[in-house]
Amino acid sequence: MGTVGTGTVPGQGLTWSLRGRGPDDVPVPADEGPPGGLPARQATGRGVRVCVVDSGVELDHPLVGPVESSWVVVKDPESGAVTVEPTDTGDTCGHGTACAGIIRRTAPDCEIHSVRVLGERFSGTGEVLMAGLRWAVEQRFDVVNLSLSTTRARFAPELHGLADRAYFGRTVIVASAHNTPVESYPWRFASVISVGSHQEDDELHLYNPQPPVEFFGPGQNVSVPWLGGRTIRTTGNSFATPYVAGLCARVLSGHPRMTAFQLKNALYLSAANVHADPRPSTAAGDTRDDSEN
Amino acid sequence: MTTPRTDAMPTSASPSFHAPGDAARHELLQSVVDVARAIFGAAASSVCLLDEEADELVFQAVSGEGEAFLVGRRFPAGRGIAGWVATSGEPMVVDDLSRNTSFDRSLAESTEYVPDALMAAPLISESRVLGVLEVLDPSPQARSGVRELDLLAMFARQAAAALRVLAPHAAATGGRGLEGERREDALQLLGSLERLLRGTG
Repeated sequence: MGTVGTGTVPGQGLTWSLRGRGPDDVPVPADEGPPGGLPARQATGRGVRVCVVDSGVELDHPLVGPVESSWVVVKDPESGAVTVEPTDTGDTCGHGTACAGIIRRTAPDCEIHSVRVLGERFSGTGEVLMAGLRWAVEQRFDVVNLSLSTTRARFAPELHGLADRAYFGRTVIVASAHNTPVESYPWRFASVISVGSHQEDDELHLYNPQPPVEFFGPGQNVSVPWLGGRTIRTTGNSFATPYVAGLCARVLSGHPRMTAFQLKNALYLSAANVHADPRPSTAAGDTRDDSEN
Repeated sequence: MTTPRTDAMPTSASPSFHAPGDAARHELLQSVVDVARAIFGAAASSVCLLDEEADELVFQAVSGEGEAFLVGRRFPAGRGIAGWVATSGEPMVVDDLSRNTSFDRSLAESTEYVPDALMAAPLISESRVLGVLEVLDPSPQARSGVRELDLLAMFARQAAAALRVLAPHAAATGGRGLEGERREDALQLLGSLERLLRGTG
């Protein structure tokens, strides 16, 4: 609960309104631009922590590279207790390895961490997914790749709260839209970056002017690392998502103070289908050209 | 000739159909895999249903060589591509599998057939995963695309609906299915879908 009516001490509690303080009391250091107005150096994801919440990630895969930490969510069938534990079991399927490889390809210098939420028991999958995502948010990873969703509406309120918590905590959840037209979560929430597939061969991303899916990435016939150190090709929103997660890591490595909403705007501005065209005439007949702004 | 395979090792084999209602269910599932195989010009197709209590997927119907010995085999529900599809509730398409030695080894020990491509979609009824429909080695024109993924998911959804009509309370666990008119309804549903997908309806 926040304080009401008496103001909030800076840095403590919830801020319902700014009382007794001014702009100088709430300074926000922003990222500096490149020195001398020169183009920024190529951002590679260096220093950015990315967590893959999936089926695990194969250790020592040449196309994934180092995995900084590997965890598994375990549900005790007797007590029902759910815990997150270190693991060296790698990947139970290949799906998480594929996602990690796409992230590595897009942001080669980022840190990749894995939390496995699939591959133990079928039952309790929703709870395990929730626990894994909650854990990732608590660890304050910069980017969480979630190429999964749940259709179970009973998890939606908690997922919504978790997504908002991540958003305000500067953990960006990049979440796959379901591959079939069904209701599922958390990709439907505005506080995450939701991703579906486009069918272009090029590695580019598009902004969707008709959300709820906000961005499209390459998800058709994508070459990905798989179990046994090998490579396969696959298709689906699952594989468009880590491409966008990798883009987020790259942007954040160049602009580490970016908030989640700034990051989403950066993706919007850099989308291949977003162009600055002259504004349409207003009622007063005034036409402006955004390209000069 | 080919033998349908899964990407996870089967753990055991057990009889699958005992009750009279099971015969109708088997007829339906066999129709599902036959149609799926035809739609995608595939070497083989199979349906595995989930046994939640045992935490295993069980081969219930196979189209293509191997149907005589694969039906009834079980493998862990959370493992492999089929396991990922069952637990995530998402369809999946993978290609170039035969270049993956790890995948080959896990398969070759029991079925002597290694697919190059595999498509899998969950059988979902009322938000509940009943099992997984797999299509092995679809024709090169019918793999790896978003459209094919959509098509497989749609067909799997239709198959799950038919399964529910046939055995509404025990679609995945071998309960007694409906006979007579409702069984005919379910089979006609699948037949009409096949004609629609083939463009002959």
